[in-house]
Amino acid sequence: MTDIVQRSRQDRSASLAILVGATIVAALVAIATFAPFLAPYDAMKMAAGPRLSAPSATHLFGTDEFGRDLFSRILLGARLSLGIGIAAVMSGLLVGALLGLIAAFSSRYVEIAVLRLIDVLYSFPDTLIALTLVAFLGPGMENATLAIAASLVPFYARVTYALSAGERAKPYVEAARLTGIGSTRLVRVHVMPNIGHSMIVMATIGFSSAILSAAGLSFLGLGVQPPSPEWGAILASGRNYITKAPWILIFPGLALCVTVLSFNLIGDSSRELFDPRRGRR
Amino acid sequence: MLNPPYLQVRDLSVSFPGKDADFKAVDNVSFDLAQGEILALVGESGGGKSVTSLSIMKLLPEASQLAGKISINGIDIAKKDRRSMENVRGAKVGMIFQEPMTSLNPVLTIARQMTEGLRRHMSLSKKEAAEVAKASLLDLGITDPDRIMAQYPHQLSGGMRQRVMIAAAIALKPAILIADEPTTALDVTVQAHVLDLLVDLKSQRGTGILLITHDIAVVAETADRVAMMRNGRIVEMGSVEEVLNAPKHEYTKALLASHLSVEAGLKIRTGGSGRRAQ
Amino acid sequence: MTRGPILSAASITKVFQVNGKPFTALRGVSIDAFVGETFGIVGESGSGKSTFGRIAVGLERATGGTLHIDGERVDALPLSARRRKLRQCQMIFQDPYASLNPRLTIGKQIGEGIYARGLSNWREIRSEVSDLLEKVGLKREFADRYPHEFSGGQRQRIAIARALAPSPRIVVADEPVSALDASIRTQILDLMETIGRESTLSYIFISHDIAVTARMCDRVAVMHHGRIVELGPTASVIEKPQHPYTRVLLDAVPRFERRRTGRRSITTQWPAPNEHDVLIEVSRGHFVLKSVL
Repeated sequence: MTDIVQRSRQDRSASLAILVGATIVAALVAIATFAPFLAPYDAMKMAAGPRLSAPSATHLFGTDEFGRDLFSRILLGARLSLGIGIAAVMSGLLVGALLGLIAAFSSRYVEIAVLRLIDVLYSFPDTLIALTLVAFLGPGMENATLAIAASLVPFYARVTYALSAGERAKPYVEAARLTGIGSTRLVRVHVMPNIGHSMIVMATIGFSSAILSAAGLSFLGLGVQPPSPEWGAILASGRNYITKAPWILIFPGLALCVTVLSFNLIGDSSRELFDPRRGRR
Repeated sequence: MLNPPYLQVRDLSVSFPGKDADFKAVDNVSFDLAQGEILALVGESGGGKSVTSLSIMKLLPEASQLAGKISINGIDIAKKDRRSMENVRGAKVGMIFQEPMTSLNPVLTIARQMTEGLRRHMSLSKKEAAEVAKASLLDLGITDPDRIMAQYPHQLSGGMRQRVMIAAAIALKPAILIADEPTTALDVTVQAHVLDLLVDLKSQRGTGILLITHDIAVVAETADRVAMMRNGRIVEMGSVEEVLNAPKHEYTKALLASHLSVEAGLKIRTGGSGRRAQ
Repeated sequence: MTRGPILSAASITKVFQVNGKPFTALRGVSIDAFVGETFGIVGESGSGKSTFGRIAVGLERATGGTLHIDGERVDALPLSARRRKLRQCQMIFQDPYASLNPRLTIGKQIGEGIYARGLSNWREIRSEVSDLLEKVGLKREFADRYPHEFSGGQRQRIAIARALAPSPRIVVADEPVSALDASIRTQILDLMETIGRESTLSYIFISHDIAVTARMCDRVAVMHHGRIVELGPTASVIEKPQHPYTRVLLDAVPRFERRRTGRRSITTQWPAPNEHDVLIEVSRGHFVLKSVL
């Protein structure tokens, strides 16, 4: 009865947001996949044009300090950023969700122990975890991915635990327990279908965080190593030319903004549309 | 009806906007309520009872559309706006709801919530209002009002919360009280107390009560007149003796037939299919 | 076939930890339910009736006392054996809108109970599911539908089918019809009775509604604050209540023959319960809690 009219207005803006976000992400994925074909120049080739030249018809985004075409580098950088983002989120989600599920569906002692562990991990800022791991393992793309994944684990573990604890109290999960099935089957068949939605939304939120972390690590020289055209690395080199060639900072920055924004749009609006309290599917 | 009607509802219709067509929750409903009587509004869930009571109090959401006449003590309030209704609500027409937990503000003490309304309507000081609230609680048979007033809603039992709500509503001495399923969420022993209280209000204070319920036995015990509501319409209305002993409409007959009393329950089991333990 | 009780609970106590403080929900409850019997537990909120039901099916573990199912002691068994034993006790929950998984077809949910019995051929399971659906008065084709496509009454039928799927000996029904409209209630109660009659199934029927209990149960236990205050054949307890609480409870039920006059009856004082109260037999099978001191 209540705010039906209000709701549909909110729904429409949320749906629009998802559409916009999804379109951008789709474009990004397309760019990342077909980057080598789309790029007008070889991203690694130095002196493809005059050094530090401003954006023009021949070099859409200008060139960097080595004369490399910035546009091509940004395009290829999409591969790296998205690649790291996806890999980090997938692995972080897997481990984190597993921890959260173990905490929710084991004995009380295991539950308390795992929750304490998650609390301890969570108390470290994720950047710090990433930095520490990279310091131990050394720089590079793979290690950076691992570090970012590890920093995401506590968040995913907590979220999964909260979702699972909510489900475990529901009568239909209790009814399933009564049939005497084991915890694995209980989780797989009865619990996952109900929390899967929320997990996907959480993954979307994690993407933007992961991509930013990757850029951050590269910026500090700890992530992807030059000459790879990761956006953060490009930003790092652009620091020195802020007055002479600001485009080296602007374009990777813009690329990061747009990417993070689009993932956030999807995540936020999905959360709104699929909020179980609203009684939707 | 011994007194002239205090509340008069004429051709009330309430509709809500829907996807394809508007949904008519209340369809041309008319009835009177005088002081000193209990009129029961009966029907199953979704039949329009609550919407009717909310429209009298002008508590419907913005999106609804209301047509018809509602007069309280001679004044038509159907066209009134929010500001002017605030003087009517509480002082002339009180209301108690089904879920006392959601009607009470969880972050305010009972004392605070009870005195607020009193101070607004009767221009009392904080101390005076507290005294009136206390007296109201005592009236309801609560022997330690000071302790109750110092607590928060979540610290009280469901029955106590409902009693507090009633005390708050009657402290303003309204001429009419709308009770929307006041006992549905309560234990049966607490329900008995609350129903006794309502009958008491009617006979001792002369309050007119619109009692909304789905339980026909409650109607038989407490109400003077009854209106049966179905799909937003009143299908039968009259004195409780008439309607319950000689029902005319199919819906009334069906509702009476589906009521299960303790005696009937015993008979069904032992009479027909009695199973035996082996 | 054993002639002893199918379910035997002896001196069950349950203490919960609420915000660090202990809360005693059950204080030494003993109930024997026999094969083919419908045993009722009636009480108000806080009486502990739901807690007892949950302990009987294994959703909670008792703090003290013993539980025997079909002669075998359950609480002492290791986890896997306990699970198998407790499968013989199933539950029907109160809220038809919360007790079914919104994301699984009803066929799958009912089928899980059959799968748990050991059957793994899903074609055979499907056929049994369809049989069960028919048994509870629904169409066989409904197996592929989702819960939101059904009404409250239909959902309770599905819940009954799901409870029957593992072929239990005992079904604990916790307020199975309280959330349903009066007209639907009769149908569901009739269905439960029919199913009980056609098998050796025992019900433990938990309700706050005395009329429904009178209609369904052979014997009834009246619970108050975690204790049984009266127990016996339904007709005997209802027609000749011995305990003051039972009398107050029965009197409070709204009835057609009475008119309320307003001034309340004096709140009955029943003797404060203590550890030494015992159940005393007052007539054949009819027990009352009396203070021994």
